[in-house]
Amino acid sequence: MDLTAFAAEVATDDPVTIAGLGTRGGAVAGVRCVSAPRGIEWIQADEMTVSCGAGTPVDELSAALAAVGQRAVLPAGGTVGGALAVGRSGIRRLGDGAVRDVLLQARYVGADGVVVKAGGPTVKNVSGFDVCRLLVGSHGTIGFLGDVILRTRPIAPHAAWFAAPTDDPMAVFAAVHRPVSVLWDGTHVHVLLEGHHLDVVERAMRTGLVESDGPPPLPAARHSVRPADVVRVTAGLRSGTFVAELGMGVVHAAPDAIPPTAVDPGVAAIARRVKDGFDPTGRLNPGRAA
Amino acid sequence: MTAASATPATPTHPVSGALTAADGPVAAALRSALSDDRVRTTATELGLYRRDASNIEGSAGIVCFPTSTAEVRAAVRIAVDHGMPFVARGSGTGLAGGATPLGGALVITLTKMNRILSVDPVNRLAWVEPGVLNLDLTRAVAVHGLHFAPDPSSQQSCSIGGNLANNSGGPHCLADGVTSAHVLAAEVVMPDGDVVVLGSEGGETDGYDLRGAFVGSEGMCGIATRICVRLTQNPPDVRTMLFDFDTVEAGAQTVSAIIAAGMVPAALEMMDQLCVQAVEAYIHAGLPVDAAALLLVEVAGPVHGVADEVERIVAIAREHACRTVRVAQDEAERALIWKGRKTAFGAVARIKPNYYLHDTVVPRRALPDVLRQVYEIADRHGILVMNVFHAGDGNLHPLLVFDKREPGVLERVHAAGEEIVRVSVAAGGVLSGEHGIGLEKRDLMPLMFAPADLAAQAALRAAFDTTGLANPTKVLPSPSSCGDSHEVPEGAWI
Ligand SMILES: Cc1cc2nc3c(=O)[nH]c(=O)nc-3n(C[C@H](O)[C@H](O)[C@H](O)COP(=O)(O)OP(=O)(O)OC[C@H]3O[C@@H](n4cnc5c(N)ncnc54)[C@H](O)[C@@H]3O)c2cc1C
Repeated sequence: MDLTAFAAEVATDDPVTIAGLGTRGGAVAGVRCVSAPRGIEWIQADEMTVSCGAGTPVDELSAALAAVGQRAVLPAGGTVGGALAVGRSGIRRLGDGAVRDVLLQARYVGADGVVVKAGGPTVKNVSGFDVCRLLVGSHGTIGFLGDVILRTRPIAPHAAWFAAPTDDPMAVFAAVHRPVSVLWDGTHVHVLLEGHHLDVVERAMRTGLVESDGPPPLPAARHSVRPADVVRVTAGLRSGTFVAELGMGVVHAAPDAIPPTAVDPGVAAIARRVKDGFDPTGRLNPGRAA
Repeated sequence: MTAASATPATPTHPVSGALTAADGPVAAALRSALSDDRVRTTATELGLYRRDASNIEGSAGIVCFPTSTAEVRAAVRIAVDHGMPFVARGSGTGLAGGATPLGGALVITLTKMNRILSVDPVNRLAWVEPGVLNLDLTRAVAVHGLHFAPDPSSQQSCSIGGNLANNSGGPHCLADGVTSAHVLAAEVVMPDGDVVVLGSEGGETDGYDLRGAFVGSEGMCGIATRICVRLTQNPPDVRTMLFDFDTVEAGAQTVSAIIAAGMVPAALEMMDQLCVQAVEAYIHAGLPVDAAALLLVEVAGPVHGVADEVERIVAIAREHACRTVRVAQDEAERALIWKGRKTAFGAVARIKPNYYLHDTVVPRRALPDVLRQVYEIADRHGILVMNVFHAGDGNLHPLLVFDKREPGVLERVHAAGEEIVRVSVAAGGVLSGEHGIGLEKRDLMPLMFAPADLAAQAALRAAFDTTGLANPTKVLPSPSSCGDSHEVPEGAWI
């Protein structure tokens, strides 16, 4: 994909912000706004890779991949660039792995308006420092994604959600073999199983799970706690007001349900140096924190 | 594009003999911070630490063996206070010169920090010290039906700290991902002496993914002193198959067809004829020594899925003119098949005393073509080449075998190796799939990266290492590494 025009738009001096479809926070208000190129460059099913502009809607990408029996591990909605820049996995992280692992190569426009390549096109690569990992979750504060190469996965032959009432969700969690997702809402566990349909059915039966309509709706805010603390932390919350991702330490609940953990000053210092190194004048998505 | 040319042979941070001497100020400070017997300065002991498992030699000024985070921190501080470069070292099995000390650096060896600190079998994670050996962790958690998924062939001897620093892979990383996907958090002694925890047990922290940036940083961003790893459930069922083919192409096309059919086997490994012959002579497993290529496929998971995939994979192999199908009938046969794969390097020693193991990745579809070029290159340089590799992810491991007593052979081995890297990158591949860049491929980085790309990598490194003393002059060629001048030790390619 030719990124010359995109780089020219990002330019070199003034504050600039980037927006996809605005589903994950969108542009910084009051700042000149650009958007990344859109479109799928190629899909290589036998390599399990896809290349597309960062402005491509995730749903458009998913539909194109589904046609060859594959998918990219990105949460639905918005653009590919937005999903990567925010870097938050959906409720399938237990089985799919994290969003950050999906990015193989990125070409982004840096603060100086120059196109930079991070990573490489192959599914395995340890050539140099892993700038791709910094880009995922950076909220557009160190570079604006232009185009990307992503890892894809085959769509499983069968998938089904199950549920069971329990007051010992960790016992269920411990008993199921490699579920894709295990959620706990205070009264029920909700389990997503994928694979050969007979395996799915047998695994569910063995654990006393019954097929259900799908996962419960997720409350507004997403909190991170230690996976081992999930049951203790949610014990203080009313059933039905939270959904916890077991094994992942993520609790979806009201914004003030769980106090945030303070960022360690040493970690904050590294983050500041990252920002200063990549965007010394602070022109990219000014005011936004990674 | 050509590789950056090397600059004069002056060490980056010339360390004065007075600093490193047995009774010098650094040794004295280390002795009081650690203990007398864990700070070594004799020529014999320093000699043992002058290189890793590559053939690139440097020179160690002092070697120390901390036993705690506090001691690692003290050692780093002492080095930095005296302007002395320091190098973290795990088991020293790295193949790119990552742990090779340059210019009399302080070697901080982590082998005595080898405790498994905690295991949470329910949430499937463990905290370990960096010196824990890869296979020891897997053995320790086997009682819980768990394992540590990255399984480098060196897993009996390499450390988790080294795995993290090199973002190592192994045959079973095809389905489950390389080390980065299995590291949730790490406690790191930063080059400035700060101790921070990057990442979290939950694995998805707010802010930059500093954990992810640290993984694969080859000892140049600080020293990991405690590591939180994800553990993986053992599969209820495993089936291991061997297919052999008359042509390498047929084997490679089988690999692509399996993936295109929507299957990601647990492992997809290939060996070429010379390699099969060497292995068979070594382990007598009844391998077909007249085949051009042997493909090992392992599928793992719940029983029905496994049975279904075995059937479909066998059918695909037959469609691609596979000659014989062997499905391991029991655990003993499976172990024998894997022994063949994992002892390939040992087997090679029976043919010639020395080998140089390469590591590049190419798109799967380019495998037949790149392999053809690899044979042609080796032929032209009069070197024997064997291939045993992770076909599933296109990760080639051409093994150049030679006898270093032959005059001029090392030059030919290096020339052939560099050409192999160049054809891999030209085919849309990358410089390294799992061994890292270190010193070995540092000056080939411009084959893959433009100056702006390298500058971004240098910025990442500089954000972690404000001292420039953490394993300096590795990975990044000189123009982008902020004025580091480059010593090119014996054995490195330039
Ligand atoms: C026969 C053989 C087979 C191999 N097979 C494979 C394979 O299949 N896959 C694969 O990926 N690799 C393989 N390797 C390479 C090697 O084993 C891996 O790179 C391994 O992870 C290195 O671990 P180590 O403990 O020996 O690290 P070392 O060699 O001691 O160090 C490697 C790098 O890590 C840094 N480091 C070490 N510990 C720390 C720490 N605690 N904090 C920060 N930095 C640190 C060092 O400075 C150095 O840059 C093989 C090597 C051999 C000899």
